[in-house]
Amino acid sequence: MVKSSATDTAPGSSNETTHPTPSAPEHRGPDTMTLGESLRRNGVSRRGFLKFCAATASMMALPPSMALAIAEALEQARRPSVIWLSFQECTGCTEALTRSFSPTVENLILDTISLDYHHTLQAAAGDAAEHAREQAMHANAGSYLVVVDGSLPGPKANPGYSTIAGISNYDMLMDTVKGAAAVVAVGTCATFGGLPKADPNPSGAVAVQDLIKGKPVINVSGCPPMPMVITGVLAQYLTFGKLPELDEYNRPLAFFGQSIHDRCYRRPFYDKGLFAESFDDEGAKKGWCLYRLGCKGPMTYNACATMKWNGGTSWPVESGAPCLGCSEPNFWDAGGFYEALSVPPGKSGDTLLAAGVAGAAVGAGVGLMARGKAKSAAKSHQTVTVDELEQQL
Amino acid sequence: MTSLGEIPVRVEGETQVDFGNARPILGEVRHALARLLDSGEPTQIDLGAMPFGPGDEQRLLDWLGRGEVNASIEALGPTRIQETALRGVWLVEYLNADEQRIALHLEIDEVPRLLRAPREDLRDGLAELDARLADADGNDPTGPAAD
Ligand code: SF4
Repeated sequence: MVKSSATDTAPGSSNETTHPTPSAPEHRGPDTMTLGESLRRNGVSRRGFLKFCAATASMMALPPSMALAIAEALEQARRPSVIWLSFQECTGCTEALTRSFSPTVENLILDTISLDYHHTLQAAAGDAAEHAREQAMHANAGSYLVVVDGSLPGPKANPGYSTIAGISNYDMLMDTVKGAAAVVAVGTCATFGGLPKADPNPSGAVAVQDLIKGKPVINVSGCPPMPMVITGVLAQYLTFGKLPELDEYNRPLAFFGQSIHDRCYRRPFYDKGLFAESFDDEGAKKGWCLYRLGCKGPMTYNACATMKWNGGTSWPVESGAPCLGCSEPNFWDAGGFYEALSVPPGKSGDTLLAAGVAGAAVGAGVGLMARGKAKSAAKSHQTVTVDELEQQL
Repeated sequence: MTSLGEIPVRVEGETQVDFGNARPILGEVRHALARLLDSGEPTQIDLGAMPFGPGDEQRLLDWLGRGEVNASIEALGPTRIQETALRGVWLVEYLNADEQRIALHLEIDEVPRLLRAPREDLRDGLAELDARLADADGNDPTGPAAD
């Protein structure tokens, strides 16, 4: 990996930060303290702080040698105000984030941001809640982050499909982002429309990035997204005061830069053309590649293969289930979850076997084919019954 | 909360399979050791960022073996440090207060970084000791020093 040295410097100097200038330390309330101060006030020692930074580096998918740079930057970092809006969603994203093991680095990050408004988590309700949102917007104008989970009925759709306190989702979003530094769309519904947008999209659902112009939008896709990735993005902003580098879908490259397939521990079997043919055959028991069982790993970009789920316990492929591609646009309408990627429905697996034998060379092409296929499947909106599914297996 | 380890799960089959993802790490450790010898430059390897399959981590740890030193640090939950059979190659496991792992690193260094006392702590320690000495002088039953 990468070297460690005491001379590492933070990539973002405090001059580049978008945080407002902190007030004098002695007058600082909890909202104006730096993260370093806030942790020390909670009795965290310098070793504890360094440990926190080492774990934060892992969380941000940065090399461990960055821990010292992170420590330096975090000493100065201020708690950003975060307004969290939940629209047409299932609360799975918030669940994923808050049900992660506690107390963890994720929790510490959550403790150190100032979460001023979150429909699900806040105690206030009704007018008081809306008042909190307006107050946070006013007090932190130009510097707060807006996190959104859920898609929302677009400007031409009937706003009645989703409202909060009598305000349409569309109006609330547009009003709230006006003074924001950036918008973080969390989960596949907010990033790409998700299940509410599934054909025939009765509520006219659109993604956040379809509506926001002139503000940075960071997409943290996944159904749900990985908790460490949500907090990793917040930690990055908190640490370096700037937004991460993004891919073509505005997803942070640090987490979405490599496909599941490229980081999958079953990849050596794919390269040798060794595939499980059913969920309980010998191949499945030996941990062979799940490509033929519909694995969407080759076209899916996410961090599951290394960060894993449930405190690093496992992830879908490790549990013997093919990747569903839940962090990709249109995964909900892209054909059957258990259909192999490059095999046209109804045909035998010949094409696939050829792909498997050719292995890595074909890998990239498979991704492209898969995206094409997802589009055509979305157009014809294939439906599948449980019986059909069982027959296919 | 019930920890995942308490759920009785029996894994069949694939635990015996070698996915081949552990061995390349040894090559990385080799480079790091050589670098430490040549230039004194330490290295940390984040094992959590490796595409390990079931059993890969254990296989790596078995290869690395256990050395003479182990240490534990209590700060924001425990951190366990174990020297491997290769001197200067340390396994550093960061745990939270519920003893769940939050990161697993290999450190290639003479002493792992977390074991060294931070300089600011040395300064604080000196100030603390001075204060205690001053306090002790004040309470000395034989009275203050002659000069
Ligand atoms: S197809 Fe799926 S199971 Fe097979 S190597 Fe790729 S990601 Fe892993």
